[in-house]
Amino acid sequence: MADAHLRVFRGSPGETGRYDEFDVPVEEGMVVLDAVHWIQGHAAPDLAVRWNCKAAKCGSCSAEVDGRPSLMCKTRLSDYDLEEPITVEPMRSFPLIRDLVTDVSWNYEVNRTIEPFSPPDTPVEEWRWKQQDIERVQEYRKCIECFLCQDVCHVLRNHETGRPFLGPRYMVRVAGLELHPADRADRREYLKEDAGIGYCNITKCCTEVCPEHIKITDNAIIPLKERVADAYYDPLQWAWRKLTGRRRGSAAGVELPVLPTEGPSSADPPAGAGA
Amino acid sequence: MVSGAEELEQADYDVLVIGAGGAGLRAVVAAQEAGARVGLVCKSLLGKAHTVMAEGGIAAALAHVVPSDSWQIHFRDTMVGGKLLNNPRMAQLHAQEAPARVRELEQWGAVFDRTDDGRILQRAFGGHSNPRLAHVGDRTGLEMIRTLQDRVVAGGVDVHMECCVTHLVTGSAGVTGAVGYRRQTGRPIAFGAKAIVLATGGVGKAYEITSNSWEYSGDGQALAYEAGADLIDMEFVQFHPTGMVWPPGVRGLLVTEAVRGEGGILRNAAGERFMWKYLPEDRRNEYAATDEEAARWVTALSASRETDARRPPELSTRDNVSRAIYTEVREGRGSPHGGVFLDISYLPPDHVRRKLPSMYEQFKELADVDITKGPMEVGPTTHYVMGGIRVDADSGATTVPGLFAAGEVAGGMHGANRLGGNSLSDLLVFGARTGAGAAAHAASLAGQPYMNPVQVQAAVRDLDGPLERTSGEDPYALQRDLQATMQSLVGIFRVEADLDEAIRRLAELRTRWSTVRVDGGRVYNPGWNLVFELRNLLVVSEAIARSARQREESRGAHSRIDFPATDDATWGGRNSVIARRTDGTMGVSTTALPAMDDELRGLVGVAH
Repeated sequence: MADAHLRVFRGSPGETGRYDEFDVPVEEGMVVLDAVHWIQGHAAPDLAVRWNCKAAKCGSCSAEVDGRPSLMCKTRLSDYDLEEPITVEPMRSFPLIRDLVTDVSWNYEVNRTIEPFSPPDTPVEEWRWKQQDIERVQEYRKCIECFLCQDVCHVLRNHETGRPFLGPRYMVRVAGLELHPADRADRREYLKEDAGIGYCNITKCCTEVCPEHIKITDNAIIPLKERVADAYYDPLQWAWRKLTGRRRGSAAGVELPVLPTEGPSSADPPAGAGA
Repeated sequence: MVSGAEELEQADYDVLVIGAGGAGLRAVVAAQEAGARVGLVCKSLLGKAHTVMAEGGIAAALAHVVPSDSWQIHFRDTMVGGKLLNNPRMAQLHAQEAPARVRELEQWGAVFDRTDDGRILQRAFGGHSNPRLAHVGDRTGLEMIRTLQDRVVAGGVDVHMECCVTHLVTGSAGVTGAVGYRRQTGRPIAFGAKAIVLATGGVGKAYEITSNSWEYSGDGQALAYEAGADLIDMEFVQFHPTGMVWPPGVRGLLVTEAVRGEGGILRNAAGERFMWKYLPEDRRNEYAATDEEAARWVTALSASRETDARRPPELSTRDNVSRAIYTEVREGRGSPHGGVFLDISYLPPDHVRRKLPSMYEQFKELADVDITKGPMEVGPTTHYVMGGIRVDADSGATTVPGLFAAGEVAGGMHGANRLGGNSLSDLLVFGARTGAGAAAHAASLAGQPYMNPVQVQAAVRDLDGPLERTSGEDPYALQRDLQATMQSLVGIFRVEADLDEAIRRLAELRTRWSTVRVDGGRVYNPGWNLVFELRNLLVVSEAIARSARQREESRGAHSRIDFPATDDATWGGRNSVIARRTDGTMGVSTTALPAMDDELRGLVGVAH
């Protein structure tokens, strides 16, 4: 079988990035991550890449393949025209560490601002849920935290607002808590005041790249927006909020940070990655 | 180049947990609840540890599907599956405490699949007498790790992500700290700790064909061995019967046992349901006698009904199914790509997609196979190591003071063969016990233990070695040779001459390792990272080969062509032990298994 030609972004912060080209022998069924591993094992032992399971279960090997945010472990070479080079670049929305690896720690900081699961006092042995009532929550909990939705989200990617915005992944997480049959917390105020849910204008780019096929926009973001709208624009709930008073800051006690702007584009801007 | 103690970052804790899979995370929660200052170190990002790949479920005798299930039956299944080589106290604690640990996950936000009456649903798995595995489709590990991760994050623990520990620091009173480096910067870091919990997982990367990720390089086993701890039962490496065999890039990738748990049938190239031939005679009455009885069992299971039908032959224990598949292929009855066929497509497509969503995706996306329409091709893949660091059942303490171990890195719980589903429950039960054990040890010490600066500086200098050499071998080439050696000489079937050859080759590889060289600096350099993992893999590979060479019988996952029988008179109740000799060479011996009390003996039907 013919070789594949890979153009791989190489570089570190503060230096001009470059594209190294490699010819990789192709085996049947090969994915982009296999090709990257071949390069590591035979041509560039120091090529930095993040990966773990190689089975689309851990969400580590996120990158942009010919400009499309993808898991390298499930991106088949056979889906590409092997006569043309395949360009592999790091996620553009996060600060570069090296080569294909970016600093995604901001996501973990956002996660800490979300009020944790808050169960009732009833003993867990007595909890009874119907399967059909938990299927939506199970959909949210399929998220493997690949952060591709965060990468593609234009609010985060273009730093349009300069304001804190939690991004699609964490709207999915909040939805998983808010719609959890045993959760007792109310995160609507957090969503509106701290997490910037209003900045999402439902372009559905996140849904398109989700490798777990979570209907992020339709099943997580829109229901949350409706809940927030109910709380803020329903006169009865508005009056209730006025009576009970707003607490400041997230209930988790941690303020949501703004995504740093030092993306890989601070090196040579990757070509072909249409924003 | 960053080097020298004056620039060294240091963090001090009561309890340092190394590894952030199920065991490590559960240990963090327990240690923190006990009041300890806890630090967590992991090689990858939080939530990416190997636990996330676990598919089938968590074994626990909740008795939601079969009300007569009990810890006693779970204990017996575990001991029988482990060929009575399990540490009986561990198997007992595991069976007794798993249900509470599973319910606790639900209390912390996990959402398991439900029975018709709204409780946690349980699925059937190989070697378990009753449907026992709490699960979420076939992504149970993700549910478990995310639930524990959320709990740890809410607790505000220091998490050092993408940080590799390469050395333990010891003193006269035991372990006092650890040294490693941050992958994102390459800078060294020292951790002072009153107690250290090793929760680093397994050793699968010693083999070519494995379901394990790059992280499974025997780090904890090797660190403990170097620090003077015992390793036990290292010959028992589990080859999971069903890994993908095609396409080449995914060879070894796990195909969950839940496929068989939901009714999947194994056939050879001639269409024969071959597992009927391989059921062990003394267990045959636990399995269906005919295709018809097996089909009745599947029908009842799909409807969550109890049945008097017995389980299908595909639900024999993993060691047995792996040998069966290997034998079918070797004798020329394999599938086109060197495996056998696993078929679930006779069940309704919606049911298959609901019960096995990630398998459906995996085969569709990676192999162009629709598992609702046709069979999968599967074959054995290195999956798990039953052996590991010798620990105290109640506290997880190793034989080195201050050093604890939990999860796959610890030995004893699973004996000669692990039952599917018993790993996730092992992580929870012994993660919790070990976190508490480590916190109690830390609380018994007055101040932060003395970290010997000579050891710390030597460890930091070790890190520089491969970067400073101006000539030497590429670590990837060495890794390929190591994996080829273990795959061909220390695989499913073993024989003395092969094992001797493996031990000889491993000695050569160790010599080559000392001259390995890497370029490219310290920042997120996978080649540099591999050097230290290879050091660990060489230790555990030698331990596996020497233990396998010593055990002149076949038992569980250890099959000797030259000693095909199980020899209870000589080897029953004896664990292999690997320990570092004072001259630095690897010693191998045996010790007697801890005794069972009368109640436990009664449960497994052992007279003595």
